[in-house]
Amino acid sequence: MTAFTSLSRAMLLGWFRDRSALFFSILFPLMFLVLFGGIFSDMGTSKMAVIQVGRVPLLEQSAAGLGDVLEIQKSDDPAAAREKVREGDVVAAISQQGDTLQVSYSAADQVRSGTVQGVLRQVVTQANAVGVPQRFTMTAQQVEDDSLKAIQYVTPGLLSWAIAMGAAFGAAATLVTWREKRILRRLRLAPVALGSVVGARVGVSVAIALIQTAIFLVVASLPFFGLQLSAYWWMAIPLVVAGTLTFMAIGLVAGGLAKSAEAASGIANLIVLPMAFLSGSFIPLDAAPGWLQTLSNVFPLKHLNQGLLDVMVRGQGPLSVLPELGIVLAFGLVIGLIAMKVFRWDSV
Amino acid sequence: MGSTIIVNDLRKHYGQVRAVDGVSFSVEEGEFFGILGPNGAGKTTTLEIVEGLREADSGAVEVLGMRPWPRNPKLLTRIGVQLQATSFFERLTAREQIRTFASLYGVAAKKADEMLAQVGLEDKADTPAERLSGGQGQRLSIACALVHDPDIVFLDEPSAALDPQARRNLWDLLRQINDNGRTVVLTTHYMDEAESLCDRVAIMDDGRVLELGPPASLVRGLESVTRISLETGTLSVESAAEIAGPGASVDDDGVSVTIGTDDPARVLTALAERNLLTGIQVRGATLEDVFLNLTGREYRA
Repeated sequence: MTAFTSLSRAMLLGWFRDRSALFFSILFPLMFLVLFGGIFSDMGTSKMAVIQVGRVPLLEQSAAGLGDVLEIQKSDDPAAAREKVREGDVVAAISQQGDTLQVSYSAADQVRSGTVQGVLRQVVTQANAVGVPQRFTMTAQQVEDDSLKAIQYVTPGLLSWAIAMGAAFGAAATLVTWREKRILRRLRLAPVALGSVVGARVGVSVAIALIQTAIFLVVASLPFFGLQLSAYWWMAIPLVVAGTLTFMAIGLVAGGLAKSAEAASGIANLIVLPMAFLSGSFIPLDAAPGWLQTLSNVFPLKHLNQGLLDVMVRGQGPLSVLPELGIVLAFGLVIGLIAMKVFRWDSV
Repeated sequence: MGSTIIVNDLRKHYGQVRAVDGVSFSVEEGEFFGILGPNGAGKTTTLEIVEGLREADSGAVEVLGMRPWPRNPKLLTRIGVQLQATSFFERLTAREQIRTFASLYGVAAKKADEMLAQVGLEDKADTPAERLSGGQGQRLSIACALVHDPDIVFLDEPSAALDPQARRNLWDLLRQINDNGRTVVLTTHYMDEAESLCDRVAIMDDGRVLELGPPASLVRGLESVTRISLETGTLSVESAAEIAGPGASVDDDGVSVTIGTDDPARVLTALAERNLLTGIQVRGATLEDVFLNLTGREYRA
């Protein structure tokens, strides 16, 4: 066996026999998948309630088609209707005065009110095009079509988080334990090329990330969850590899700064967990305020997330994620250089 | 037989601390060489410079005719370094550990298994390294250092934190390694270890070599006292002082009366005349006395 293969083997065995590493890199993210997939499973299909104040001929004319998306309640009291909107019982209050459709909505639920406005605008547009009063039909479409169930956007997000966590923790913990246990020193005293040591560690991390991806996709594709991968899902593989390299670099920085394995995983956690939230790994950022969406661009995880979402479920072509791939790798390069700066062979 | 290690006027400073302050020595081929001194004396730093782990500020080091710094893979195949017992890959068994190390040197797995047997760990081959006892861990660590059959073996405080029985076993193993013709360099802060194992010792303190030579001649060169102890009660302090004569010391710690004298023959004769030799203990000077004599203070490990 060469130094490279035997070191890889040693690291892989060490990882595989470490129950907590197995738990945190495989089972823990899967628990989130089950949880999130379950919680949000029927969110996409629920009808949005609106309240119709007085007579709204436009709505009544197209009520047949609208009934699929909107649950229309009726009221004659404008003030009570507005109160209901404010309290979030219904998404919008709709009234018609002459040729103008008036929509009152709450800023508290931007996603839903936006959707309702979209639907109503469509109603108005169609009414104008055909001319009132004429028979017209309306086919209102939900923004998310039926196939984009919760699991579709939960899976790429959680996968990117799982990979980020696995790579960062693996690199941080290995670096610190190997330094504190003087294995690094021992390797330096053996006639091994540094490239073999680094290469073995990178290879093992990438292998672990691919195992994570495989398990994740298999579980999410079970009928219970019903993930449907788009045609170019395999472009997720280079993204996963790039993400692993970048988050390994983050882990190496954490390991370079920390004095103990506990501190290293603490630092890694402090970096990865908030980043996961702010990058939309757990909750989609679409509904987040604009400044947060802008801010999220400084996180490599956001781009990994975006890329995975694009190729795995949004059905975008393989070339469309090259920018994301490039951005993730560029992050990796910069952080890798920092990691080299803070690297120490010895604890003293 | 030539010198395998030549160290000349080695210096290494850390800020104001002079960790190594002008150390010179040479080690002959096949020799068992000890570097002895308390913690912080500069032993480990010296050893690390010789192994090629650190760069000296000044001075020259030559190991097997090569310079250890910068990292020299050609030299690394010919030296074996034993680190502490904890320097193992996580969660690998003893056999996996030594095979991994063997492969780093291009040594076959079969040879690794033989080495494991040689240090008496065959039956522990499938035990994770973390679960080995202190002594077993040290043995495995030494086996890992020897697996590529190096010419020189460096051992940094191998018997620290071992119980007495495990220490004795380890000493036997170390002697065996040296008997095979290898040069062994050992640092220790145990006086008795250096005395028992080493052909020559360098006594270090404050970054300097204070004395260098075979342990026996260092002890002999000392104008030191021999301590004779008897059980308390068999001899009163007064009569002990009378026997010992002027210039000797008498001390009673409640367990034994100890006479320190530079003329043990006379004192022993006097004791024999009084029929007091039962249970008597005679202790000559040790390296501890050498250290005390050199530094003027008690040896602190």
